[in-house]
Amino acid sequence: MALTADVTLPNGKKVTVPTGLYINDKWVEGSAPKLDIVNPATEELICQVSAASEKDIDAAVAAARLAFKTTWGKNVTGFERAKLINKLADLIERDSEELAQLESLNNGKPVKFALGGDITDTIGCFRYYAGWADKIVGQTIEVDNKTKLAFTRHEPIGVCGQIIPWNYPINMWAWKVAPALATGCTIVMKPSEITPLTALKLNVLVTEAGFPPGVLNTVPSLGSVGGAALASHLDVDKVAFTGSTITGRKIMEAAAKSNLKKVSLELGGKSPHLIFESADLDQAANWAIMGITWNTGQDCTAGSRLYVQDSIYDKFVDILVKKAKEFVVGPGHDDNVSGGPLVSKTQFERVLNYIAAGKAEGATVACGGEKWNGKGYFVEPTIFTNVKPEMKIVKEEIFGPVLAIGKFQTEEEAIALANDTTYGLGAGLHSKDADQCMRVSSALEAGTVWVNQYNLLNNNVPFGGKKQSGIGRELGSYALEEYTSIKAVHWNFGEKLPWPL
Amino acid sequence: MSVKTFSYEFTGPQWKGKTEFKTGNFINGEFVPGGSGKFIDVYNPTTGKVIAQISEGNAADVDLAVDAAQKAYDTVWGLKTPGFARGKLLIRLAELIEENVDELASLEALDNGKTFAAARNFDVVEAAACLRYYAGWADKIHGKVIETSEEKFGYTRHEPIGVVGQIIPWNFPFLMLAWKLGPALACGNTIVLKPSEFTSLTALRVCTLISAAGFPPGVVNIVLGYGQTVGAAISEHMKIEKVAFTGSTAVGRTIMKAAAGSNLKKVTLELGGKSPNVVFNDADVDQAVKWAAHGIYFNHGQTCCAGSRIYVQSGIYDSFIEKFTAHVKTLSTLVGDPFHPSTFQGPQVSQIQYDRIMHYIESGKSQGATLHLGGERHGTEGYFIQPTVFTDVEPHMKIVQEEIFGPVGVIAKFEDEEDVVRQANDTMYGLAAAVFSRDVGRAISVAHRLQAGTVWVNCVNMLNSQIPFGGFKQSGIGRELGEYALANYTNVKAVHVNIGTNM
Repeated sequence: MALTADVTLPNGKKVTVPTGLYINDKWVEGSAPKLDIVNPATEELICQVSAASEKDIDAAVAAARLAFKTTWGKNVTGFERAKLINKLADLIERDSEELAQLESLNNGKPVKFALGGDITDTIGCFRYYAGWADKIVGQTIEVDNKTKLAFTRHEPIGVCGQIIPWNYPINMWAWKVAPALATGCTIVMKPSEITPLTALKLNVLVTEAGFPPGVLNTVPSLGSVGGAALASHLDVDKVAFTGSTITGRKIMEAAAKSNLKKVSLELGGKSPHLIFESADLDQAANWAIMGITWNTGQDCTAGSRLYVQDSIYDKFVDILVKKAKEFVVGPGHDDNVSGGPLVSKTQFERVLNYIAAGKAEGATVACGGEKWNGKGYFVEPTIFTNVKPEMKIVKEEIFGPVLAIGKFQTEEEAIALANDTTYGLGAGLHSKDADQCMRVSSALEAGTVWVNQYNLLNNNVPFGGKKQSGIGRELGSYALEEYTSIKAVHWNFGEKLPWPL
Repeated sequence: MSVKTFSYEFTGPQWKGKTEFKTGNFINGEFVPGGSGKFIDVYNPTTGKVIAQISEGNAADVDLAVDAAQKAYDTVWGLKTPGFARGKLLIRLAELIEENVDELASLEALDNGKTFAAARNFDVVEAAACLRYYAGWADKIHGKVIETSEEKFGYTRHEPIGVVGQIIPWNFPFLMLAWKLGPALACGNTIVLKPSEFTSLTALRVCTLISAAGFPPGVVNIVLGYGQTVGAAISEHMKIEKVAFTGSTAVGRTIMKAAAGSNLKKVTLELGGKSPNVVFNDADVDQAVKWAAHGIYFNHGQTCCAGSRIYVQSGIYDSFIEKFTAHVKTLSTLVGDPFHPSTFQGPQVSQIQYDRIMHYIESGKSQGATLHLGGERHGTEGYFIQPTVFTDVEPHMKIVQEEIFGPVGVIAKFEDEEDVVRQANDTMYGLAAAVFSRDVGRAISVAHRLQAGTVWVNCVNMLNSQIPFGGFKQSGIGRELGEYALANYTNVKAVHVNIGTNM
């Protein structure tokens, strides 16, 4: 029985997609019920994929552990890791069209953005971390020159469980896999049960690049099964999770209860976007509307709360609503489309419920807010005005193209409104006043602050959350800390111990 | 005025193939004639015969190269090409070098005299590895954000310097090229480089690979010629803000003076050495013998960090000498054609070097050292010298004090640790040192006392692109390799942004 499926890509080409679990470079059947993978633009089944049970996770962890002890970890030099990771980047580049098509089919995002955004950033991410692989240095520390040499080694943590979400399947895969491989860790990767197809294809490229078996294992499964198993596994040294804050809590609890494995979390956000009166209004509106519609709002740093200074409020909201109406949703293979469907029925219903709640709580719909006619989980950009801080649409993460707009008078008020959230992932501000930009960016409680921009990241700049938006940082040199474990060595060469003391 | 083409057919045994390339200056992406109209003869040190001619550049050529480099820096390079893009080009160059490894190795062996095996498996492979290493740094040149008060936003930028001058030696022509190109390009600088007039061929061959990799014209420029003309022009140039030199201490002085006298350009120097190799009684003698031989005979002794003074503790002295003699006698039978697979040692690089080394051998004899092994020319053609060992040496002897840069080692006996550390440090040089002892605690404490930029414990002459290399004392200024090299090629700018202080 072949563990593959033939799938027709949006461009009409047929491709064979692996559908098994990939453990120790072998395709195996999973022992949990299969997962249905659905095309969110058409609501039709693409194929079924094997799902891992706790037993399968055990096998994957064992494979990763063996590789770490024998062929990876300290058994491979940083220089060699760098070469392999660069090779992987080359292969992703080679297959980028096919991967973009598959990503669009499974996740719904426009092919042009998958190619020009997600995959381009992914290739860059791997090349970036390839560069770090032979530069993981410790310190030598002067204690007493006559007797002791003290130094640190930044060792790979070991076997890492990585749990990634469905909003940027390929790019989130890269953010996790690249630094882990660069530092010498081995991986059990659980892609989202909604969007596992590209992760499975990518594992094949990892093998083709020449990584030894067991270095990367891919085990699609339900979060409550595979994710929970990894978080509580006694032989997993570290778990990295990107997803909702609620699930992040469960991961951290499981880690604490089991073996106190190291935890890094990239969670939700309700990121504020501040428009000050000196801002270039047209540009600010472009960034603001992009901030809530990029990836159809399914972005952890989506600028989902917009606060506009009262002196420019009416003018700005006018400009913004006009631009929102220019946003076209449709199937991802259509190059004229700016955003695809939401990823699943569950997400679709969730977002519609929030829109209904917004209306019920008395906010005004400035645009959008209607149910889509026809197949596919499409939601058009929806803007609410006249919002109050206590409203659900202002407090809770919606994860769709739904924006709540509020007003402020003073800079202090703007900052207070922006920071009035348990989240702290992203924030944006638009102002031509340089001093104001510095003051406000300093005051905003967010892991990433954009000034006169939004949502654009770089592989060499760190990303992560303050407050309940997460623990730890991805990207940049900082990600290396999540995958290394410090050992201090005290080497005595001159001190003799008397006894008794 | 013309540009000549060098064409050569390699007939093996280890690689058969043809090489062909132009031998003019490489300025702004093109091979151009030298301003002097003259040519320099290129000798094959294995035969002593002329095999090629390269253009002879002059100060006017350096001006042209600087202009091209400055233009490239102002328009397409520097920070205009972001770090990740610079890194990609360096990786591509490394790949192209790896694809052409045999041709480059053959050319290096032909031009320099080192064995094809060493050129291929060490020089060219390590050169590519060095470029890969620095490719990784290109988008990681970080400054710092420094907290002072809320009224100020203070940060540093590590900016490229601009046009840098680089002067490289003849002992590891291709590898030294990589050591210079890697960090300079990673940091965003443009380059005017003078290869040694003795060994310019691999530098010229790699120019087309540099273009093929995608480096814009003017980013890397090669000016051929002599130290006294082209080298001097670079170190005196008013528009070059930094010069990096690898070569003799005497010339290093000249470069530094010229830099001071012109525009106070930044200077880094990798100079000579007379590196001590200290073997304690409790060393693994068999291993110490092999490492010690490697230390002095690797690259025919033409290595700045050669372990040219070997100090052996009295308890194992006789045993060491016996084993070392046997080992070197074997090596002596493997002197010959660099292209022969079993050859260990080829010729010295030039007639001048040959004469110099033989002169030191004479001085050793006349000052009363015992010529224990070797000391003669090998063969009748080319610049071959037998692996040579002197014993019964005294500290004042020229062969103990001065850098010979040939396959000539001196061995001295020592009693105690204090004495040997003093003797090891009794030199104006401080490039490298090695310690052999199975008591690693003692090895480390001695290593820490030796005044050298690189100290090897239970090994010699093993470098990695990731670990810095450079000299104490008169062996140099600054470090190459590792992250440390980046400091040579960046200018730190501190930016103070006032947030709230009004006058």
